[in-house]
Amino acid sequence: MTRPAPHLAVALDGLGWHPAAWRTSPVDAAAVFTPGYWTGLVAEAEAGLLDLVTFEDTFGPPTAAPGEINGRLDAVLVASRVAPSTRHIGLVPVATTTHTEPFHLSTALATLDYLSGGRAGWQARVSARPEEAALLGRRPAPDLGAGLRDLFDEAADAVEVVRRLWDSWADDAVIKDAATGRFIDRDRLHYIDFAGRWFSVKGPSIVPRPPQGQPVVAALAHSAVPYAFAAGSADVVFVTPTDAAAAGELAARLRTANPALKVFADLVVFLDEHGRDAVARRARLDELYGAPWRSDALIFAGSPEELAGLLAAWHAAGIDGFRLRPGALPYDLEAITRLLVPVLRDRGVFRTGPPSGTLRERLGLPPAVNRYEAAEGARVA
Amino acid sequence: MPRQIILAAHFPGVNNTTVWSDPAAGSQIEFSSFAHLARTAERGRFDFFFLAEGLRLREQRGLIHDLDVVGRPDTLTVLAGLAAVTTHLGLAGTLNATFHEPYELARQLATLDHLSGGRAAWNVVTSSGPFFGENFRRGGFLDHADRYRRAGEFIDTARELWDSWGPLHPDRDTGYFADTGSFAHTGPQFTVSGRFGVPRSPQGHPVILQAGDSEGGRELAAAKADAIFSRHHEIEDARAFYRDVKARLPRHGRTPDSLKIIPGVSFVLGATEADAQERAHHIRRQQVSPQTAILLLEQVWNRDLSGYDAEGPLPEMEPAGDEESIIQGRAGQFPDRFATAREWRARAGQKNLSIRELIIEVTGRQSFVGTPARVAAELNEYVQTDACDGFILVPHLTPGGLDEFVDTVVPLLQERGVLRSEYTTSTLRGHLGLA
Repeated sequence: MTRPAPHLAVALDGLGWHPAAWRTSPVDAAAVFTPGYWTGLVAEAEAGLLDLVTFEDTFGPPTAAPGEINGRLDAVLVASRVAPSTRHIGLVPVATTTHTEPFHLSTALATLDYLSGGRAGWQARVSARPEEAALLGRRPAPDLGAGLRDLFDEAADAVEVVRRLWDSWADDAVIKDAATGRFIDRDRLHYIDFAGRWFSVKGPSIVPRPPQGQPVVAALAHSAVPYAFAAGSADVVFVTPTDAAAAGELAARLRTANPALKVFADLVVFLDEHGRDAVARRARLDELYGAPWRSDALIFAGSPEELAGLLAAWHAAGIDGFRLRPGALPYDLEAITRLLVPVLRDRGVFRTGPPSGTLRERLGLPPAVNRYEAAEGARVA
Repeated sequence: MPRQIILAAHFPGVNNTTVWSDPAAGSQIEFSSFAHLARTAERGRFDFFFLAEGLRLREQRGLIHDLDVVGRPDTLTVLAGLAAVTTHLGLAGTLNATFHEPYELARQLATLDHLSGGRAAWNVVTSSGPFFGENFRRGGFLDHADRYRRAGEFIDTARELWDSWGPLHPDRDTGYFADTGSFAHTGPQFTVSGRFGVPRSPQGHPVILQAGDSEGGRELAAAKADAIFSRHHEIEDARAFYRDVKARLPRHGRTPDSLKIIPGVSFVLGATEADAQERAHHIRRQQVSPQTAILLLEQVWNRDLSGYDAEGPLPEMEPAGDEESIIQGRAGQFPDRFATAREWRARAGQKNLSIRELIIEVTGRQSFVGTPARVAAELNEYVQTDACDGFILVPHLTPGGLDEFVDTVVPLLQERGVLRSEYTTSTLRGHLGLA
């Protein structure tokens, strides 16, 4: 059996992932706080027929480092602002779990799924820094030694609550029965009655079950504790291997923990028709930055053919998809959609028309069976 | 020049005034419903769209209430989506100060203000009981007396965050980006510090509404809000409320114009007065189904009356005593159950009314009923004679319940010169004439 062609995603952040990217962009840096900038980027990604875009976020604080863009809009709201003007592309904002309410997360993401007609996802992230704890002021900073596992255990509880709330309405709970005067069949709504170490949530959701049933949950992971979190809680994991062999080992390890998990490799990309131009651009940005910039992911600078070759090798090693982080925006996004995508298409590993169906379906995830309805069905049977 | 009428469109809510049994009633959750109402309001040159917040489904007698519309979206998420399908309309949402935190909410509101080009508004409410708290980390521990303290300090803290950024002057050559957002707030409700993550938004301060007519609510509004979302009153009572609230402003160093009074109102239109009255009655019957009549009666009697026939007479027995209300998840409508029961019984006896007929008479009569000309004239009289500064219109149908108003009443208000024919400002603060 042939494996599906690799999925292709783009991670949007600021004016690109290189911290100095804004200093050479044709777009003014203040544009990252305007809606037109984001709708333009996502329209470009959609025109390139990509599977999904992610929107970076953290509570901050904005970096105090000189020379960097300080500040960021709320990613769930950016994705919501973009949703009505797009038709096909998946929209996956980051939202954090440590200082937020699982109930609000669940309803906001369900609503994004309605806004987008079944294209919503969520990249779950913890807030580990003491500066973030001080911004919210409701609990002390987590201890990053022994506390790391707690932080991710709590994130797993948050995902569990979010998912239970999504399932807390049966798809056909609204009955509008004039004879009995009932709008809903309340037996098709379910209290989730979650009680954990950090919070308890009663439910049900205020939002009817979203179009996908379960919007796609993703997580970025670099080490054992977050790998376990991703395998236990997410549908998609973003990982950062540095070569094909490591990518293959990691994919195998994660799929052992969760066979349904989709493993995406993250790459920072500087892309030009002639690879040497991309290398020179990267060097120029490093010069403005004052040092060679390092990322958690492998940094690629080269031509579309070279990148296509790398993707093919990693895919052969077991990676399901790629999340490309444009080094500079909008430049490297356009290079992905206009240069890389045609090369992949020529190789027969990329679609020729808009992706169809929900984001779940497109990623080949199993149908989202409602946990409460399934239990009900089992009892009846 | 006559005073301008502020108009807002309230998305129909999850109570029995929203009619779902009508063939024209659409989805309560699909985005197209929200987009339709918002676009209609913008076509009518309204000031803003208004969306309430859900924190938990309502319950009666410990069961999820199933007779009214159930289910609604997350407030901020829908407002951000509506920013994409409108260009001038303000986007207001209720967000509960008890179950949000200042840093996160200030950041979301500033984001919405950026994403909408300066059209964001926040309707501040608070809760104290344990019912909603069961869905949230903090639980329900907020003391009733602390509700307005928390709301007031929340607003102050949000404004400190919104004020924390200097202007943006990104300089490519030097790499200088901006002075960013240092803040430190220490108070009884919140101790937060650091740097705020969002640059100053187009409005600077998103518009703040305060919902509620109580003494505490009036005082909070006079001190801190840009507008009050109040209840509808007959015109004399409305003028008294208006005088009371506006008279509080000088004590806070504010001018009367700086706080707008905007009651929530309903309306029914007809080609003739008789036609409008008939439609109003038809809608009331739709709003009060036999089951809903019993349910509303139970809220006064505070006991199970499910064995009673809605088309029959009122119960002989007295209401149950002072125990906890059987309804959870909405504001109590009947503070003195015994007095209400006496009054209802007398009225039903006098006119020989069934339970359902009585409930139709005594609850939720529409605020403005008549021909478009009459409704336009009455709305205008309220505003020109200091009974209010405008209205939050609550249609009874989703999503088309505002269409007729915009088609027939709006042109009459525009002819009178009391409603703009085109937007002349781009932000909500601009539309409302707020500094």
